[in-house]
Amino acid sequence: MSADDAPADDLNIFLSRDTVAGDDDGPLAGKTVAVKDNISTKGIPTTCGSAMLEGYVPPYDATVVERVREAGATVVGKTNMDEFGMGGTTETSAYGPTKNPVDPERVPGGSSGGSAAAVAAGEADLALGSDTGGSVRNPAAFCGVVGIKPTYGLVSRYGLVAYANSLEQIGPLANTVEDAAALLDAIAGPDEHDATTRYDAAEDGPAVHPADETTYAAAADGDADGMTVGVPTELVAGADDAVVAVFEDALADLEAQGVETVEVSLPSVEHAVQAYYVIAMSEASSNLARFDGVRYGVDGGEGNWNESFARSREQGFGDEVKRRVLLGTYALSAGYHDKYYKKAQDARAWVKQDFDEALAEADVLATPTMPVLPPKRGESLDDPLSLYLMDANTVPVNLANLPAISVPAGEAEGLPVGMQFVGPAFGEEAVVRAGSAVEE
Amino acid sequence: MTTTDEGGDDAGVVDPDEVRHVAELARVDLDDEEAAVFAEQFADVLDYFAALDEVPEVTDDPDLVNVMRADEVRDGLTQEEALANAPDSEAGFFKGPRVS
Repeated sequence: MSADDAPADDLNIFLSRDTVAGDDDGPLAGKTVAVKDNISTKGIPTTCGSAMLEGYVPPYDATVVERVREAGATVVGKTNMDEFGMGGTTETSAYGPTKNPVDPERVPGGSSGGSAAAVAAGEADLALGSDTGGSVRNPAAFCGVVGIKPTYGLVSRYGLVAYANSLEQIGPLANTVEDAAALLDAIAGPDEHDATTRYDAAEDGPAVHPADETTYAAAADGDADGMTVGVPTELVAGADDAVVAVFEDALADLEAQGVETVEVSLPSVEHAVQAYYVIAMSEASSNLARFDGVRYGVDGGEGNWNESFARSREQGFGDEVKRRVLLGTYALSAGYHDKYYKKAQDARAWVKQDFDEALAEADVLATPTMPVLPPKRGESLDDPLSLYLMDANTVPVNLANLPAISVPAGEAEGLPVGMQFVGPAFGEEAVVRAGSAVEE
Repeated sequence: MTTTDEGGDDAGVVDPDEVRHVAELARVDLDDEEAAVFAEQFADVLDYFAALDEVPEVTDDPDLVNVMRADEVRDGLTQEEALANAPDSEAGFFKGPRVS
């Protein structure tokens, strides 16, 4: 089935179709952009794919929404997602799963599955997603589009409903590397509402934010001649044969363009998925404590404070959100904090060190984005651990705060395979350039 | 909700009562069926997390800088905007359940 035959409603791509016109001129004038439903839009419902926030209407815009509008793009709707970003298939949404435009029996990936599907189905030129452990790159790979996870601190998170805020970044999706990079140009930069973007505020720090000196779209020149690409053996070994075959072909194609490939090793990544989930769940248990049914959310009804909260959260949260809030509460509780949370922070520091060392030998690192082809819907929902393991190649990048891109590298069994490039901190130009060379 | 680290037949035993205890700490009501399913799933996940024990101690000392803005009064949301999504409010205040 081609994308043209599958309209957005059948695929369950959008949660709402309100449009917000952009300014008359700007670098994105005439472009349409779909926005993930955990990014606040003033006056337009923002549910995070959760029953908890059904009917919630933000009183302000996220910084990225202001910026795409100022750049001239028109918002064409809010996209379906795994509830609060917790999932990799867009099946945990309280509003039903999104179907993959490439093959509607299969998942579009997640958690930004609606955003990737909107671009793949031609329902929007561009889309915004958020990436906490791969949630932009995973659906980009599964839907055959481009997705960028920026360096932590490049893009403002103001107005992004928090899941695990030490890990997440808002990132662009598009059909081409150049278009994705142009959207990144529009949204990147310092924001006084998000202290992690505040380069100007630090005493003796650089007065200029990395995004202020750079045009990412200009780096999509397809010219990777002379680049060194490191291939981490650990992140190729775990992938399915069909995926590895496409990946190896794309690497050979890059070598023919003058790229040198070298093997690198990241021994710490064996523990990355464990560390990621402990940290993400711990932060989620704290961040989602705000949903108490008083300021917003499902009314917990009569009874004392604790009973009312617990009822609001029973009704408002789906299974995966409950699982993560409970496991996070457990990991932070007295007696277990050192065993889980502290060790996860050690692992995070170790992963950072490993990437620093590997990136001293190469301009970028390359891996398959996802170790598997997009699964059929309903295959893995009852086995949370098997879903977590699908994130093996994406979560290390969030732990290390680094930029990465997923670009379509080819097909296996008629399904898209994504190739991931990881760069040094604020080295978005390098991953954009490498990605554009795969496209050529 | 303790899992044993040694492996073997006892590995990953999680009791539904322990799941309910954590759910109480997190203020999430669960029914019996949910507690039973979660107990089984948590056993697998915690078993997997136990491998973090092999991670060496690693020091990470990033340079810390003060990124706070000056403490100046600015406009925020209006009272009406802040209350717009509340299930219940009264006389310009959020109305919540009784504390005890």
